[in-house]
Amino acid sequence: MKNCFINGLSAISTQDTFESDFVNSLKTVNPNENILRATEPNYKAFIPPAAIRRMAKGIKMGVATSAKALEEAGLTQVEAIITGTGMGCSQDSEKFLKNILDNHEQFLTPTSFIQSTHNTVAAQIALRLACKGYNFTYVNGAVSFESALLDACMQITAADIASVLVGGIDEYAAHTFSLYELVGFIKDKKNVPFSVLNPTTKGTVFSEGATFFALENTKNASTYAEVVDIQLRNKLTSAELPTFIASFLEKNNLETSAIDVLIVGNNGDVEFDGFYKEAMHGFKDSIHLYYKHLSGEYNTASAFGLWVAANILRQQEIPEILRINAIEKKGYRNIVLYNQYRGLDHSLVLLKSVN
Amino acid sequence: MKIAITGMGIISAIGNTVAENFAALKSGKAGISNLENISNSVHKGVLKVGEIKLSDSALAAMLKLPETHNFSRTSLLGAYAAKKAVENANISDINAYATGLVSATSVGGMDKTEQYFYQYFEDPSVRKFITSHDAGDVSHKIADALGLKGMVTTISTACSSAANAIMMGARLIASGQLDRVIVGGTDALSKFTINGFNTLMILSDTYNTPFDENRKGLNLGEAAAYLVLESDKVIKETNKEVLAYLSGYGNANDAYHQTASSANGEGAFLAMKKALQMANISSFTIDYINVHGTATPNNDLSEGHALQRVFGTAVPHFSSTKPYTGHTLAAAAAIEAVYSILALQHNLVFPNLNFKNKMEELYIQPTTVLLEKELNTVLSNSFGFGGNCSALIFSKP
Repeated sequence: MKNCFINGLSAISTQDTFESDFVNSLKTVNPNENILRATEPNYKAFIPPAAIRRMAKGIKMGVATSAKALEEAGLTQVEAIITGTGMGCSQDSEKFLKNILDNHEQFLTPTSFIQSTHNTVAAQIALRLACKGYNFTYVNGAVSFESALLDACMQITAADIASVLVGGIDEYAAHTFSLYELVGFIKDKKNVPFSVLNPTTKGTVFSEGATFFALENTKNASTYAEVVDIQLRNKLTSAELPTFIASFLEKNNLETSAIDVLIVGNNGDVEFDGFYKEAMHGFKDSIHLYYKHLSGEYNTASAFGLWVAANILRQQEIPEILRINAIEKKGYRNIVLYNQYRGLDHSLVLLKSVN
Repeated sequence: MKIAITGMGIISAIGNTVAENFAALKSGKAGISNLENISNSVHKGVLKVGEIKLSDSALAAMLKLPETHNFSRTSLLGAYAAKKAVENANISDINAYATGLVSATSVGGMDKTEQYFYQYFEDPSVRKFITSHDAGDVSHKIADALGLKGMVTTISTACSSAANAIMMGARLIASGQLDRVIVGGTDALSKFTINGFNTLMILSDTYNTPFDENRKGLNLGEAAAYLVLESDKVIKETNKEVLAYLSGYGNANDAYHQTASSANGEGAFLAMKKALQMANISSFTIDYINVHGTATPNNDLSEGHALQRVFGTAVPHFSSTKPYTGHTLAAAAAIEAVYSILALQHNLVFPNLNFKNKMEELYIQPTTVLLEKELNTVLSNSFGFGGNCSALIFSKP
């Protein structure tokens, strides 16, 4: 069985992650905002100007980060492209739907419909690379990215594929976000300031972003980490979580003590953060880190978490801003990421250092 | 590597059960009619679609859902068909083995979103549907309806989605991660897709005529279908009857255009080649092809060229079943998987309805009559926007 290595990565997020290096890019965000927006780079190096005007933000973020991840891995082509997106191309979907409703199904043009399909980003990357290989898109809430990652690793370990581009993309869309405010998924601005670690209110601070990884079956000088295993579960009770984690570790022949770092997806929702407390409770001697106070919450924010984990393993350095507890380790070998959203779509990812 | 199929469930414009669908396929009874259910659409009563003539409340009653449910139509259809598939596979305890669900949809809960898009802000009573919009919600609802706790994910690669869900399910079993996976797809008709395809000017104003020289476009449809895939271990332990095997699959990208297919059908060619290679058979082994055959000028030309490239002068009997059901988008490959298995079980090639004239650019033409013939291996094609091309090969147990 072959192994699955992260050899290139790139993230566009609320942080300056696209241009800046890992340690210096992470800064605290304004605690009085309930919606955060991704910092966009200059797309000119990646996308022709006419296309920049036509494309929604998610497509642009996806194309740019995929290009940069590929470049970082020293690749010009891959054998498979796999994406995950919880909400898909929301901006184009909203635009087309508004036109349908406001104009009573008359005078419509196809551009936004064409770009509204969930697999638009994967398709645009394939077009750009003229990549005729395997092309998949997963759309399942908070495990959209992890489904894509699982598939990507299966391509490498079981399907004789040498290289895969895998990424998670979700974009801000005004109408969708206002509906999320209406049902309380996005925190009420009345309750500022917001704290992710010590929340007092329901809902989360919502955001957007794109994170791409170039995976290969070989290790080289640019390797960040090895993706060892991914496990998904549609729903769990807090009481069932320890068993879910224990069987994942057992499958990988690891004791809890072998996990140097646990990265949790805490998003400041007082209603569901109990899952993360439970997870941390099971890893008493591990370093606990969080990241959604920097990225905000979106269906594929966990890809940003993986970006954090991969950077830590390669640089063997943990920025203070990520820390929950004060535990120290000499080096970092194994990282487990745990994420869920509203009690659904639980995922565990095991990442290993290659040093 | 062959993966056993032990159950199937379907609901489409030609029937609410596998038996009803089979009866319609055999008797040449199409399910295309004027749009009725979307009451406030300008296309109501005019546009030809493959519509399931059951209201949302009738479907909810069939599923015994409480009044307070927040199922979109896509979820209602999906939950219904998936339950039937599990019943058909004689599964009493869904979690007795490591079981997953890989479902496909393209519109998700769009039917409710377009109905309440503005109303949500004024009317709290409809807000329960806000969370039914995303594709993942459909799969969660189906998993809950089945009582399934395990790996649940959703694939959305436009009109090839369900083929990819079937593929992923098979790979999860082949790699030993799961013992059993419920795979398939569901899509309801919506204003969103009707108007989307209409702006692309690929909807026919009459009945769709795949592979006909004078074809005018597709009829949209709605449907859901699911298959139960099980590992050899489960088959051995339960002594279960195998309906058919999934013996090969291939996925490739046309990398030509966001919505159009290349003239030489490169993506389709590659997908079929990969599937044949995986099944470790020559093209001569294929006895029947259930083609994608949407009846758009572009698809049928591209697919036709791909068929001629793969099979040369020995293209087997082929037909599109879309004149029966319409193009059911993310569900299409799942309902056509059911039809491919029915073809194998009954040794029947279903007729490509509405065909009159051979396409000038091709030397092949579809089978237009119900043909009795020993079938051992059937190929099913599905292609989608974004250049997504998939091929599945089913074989007799």
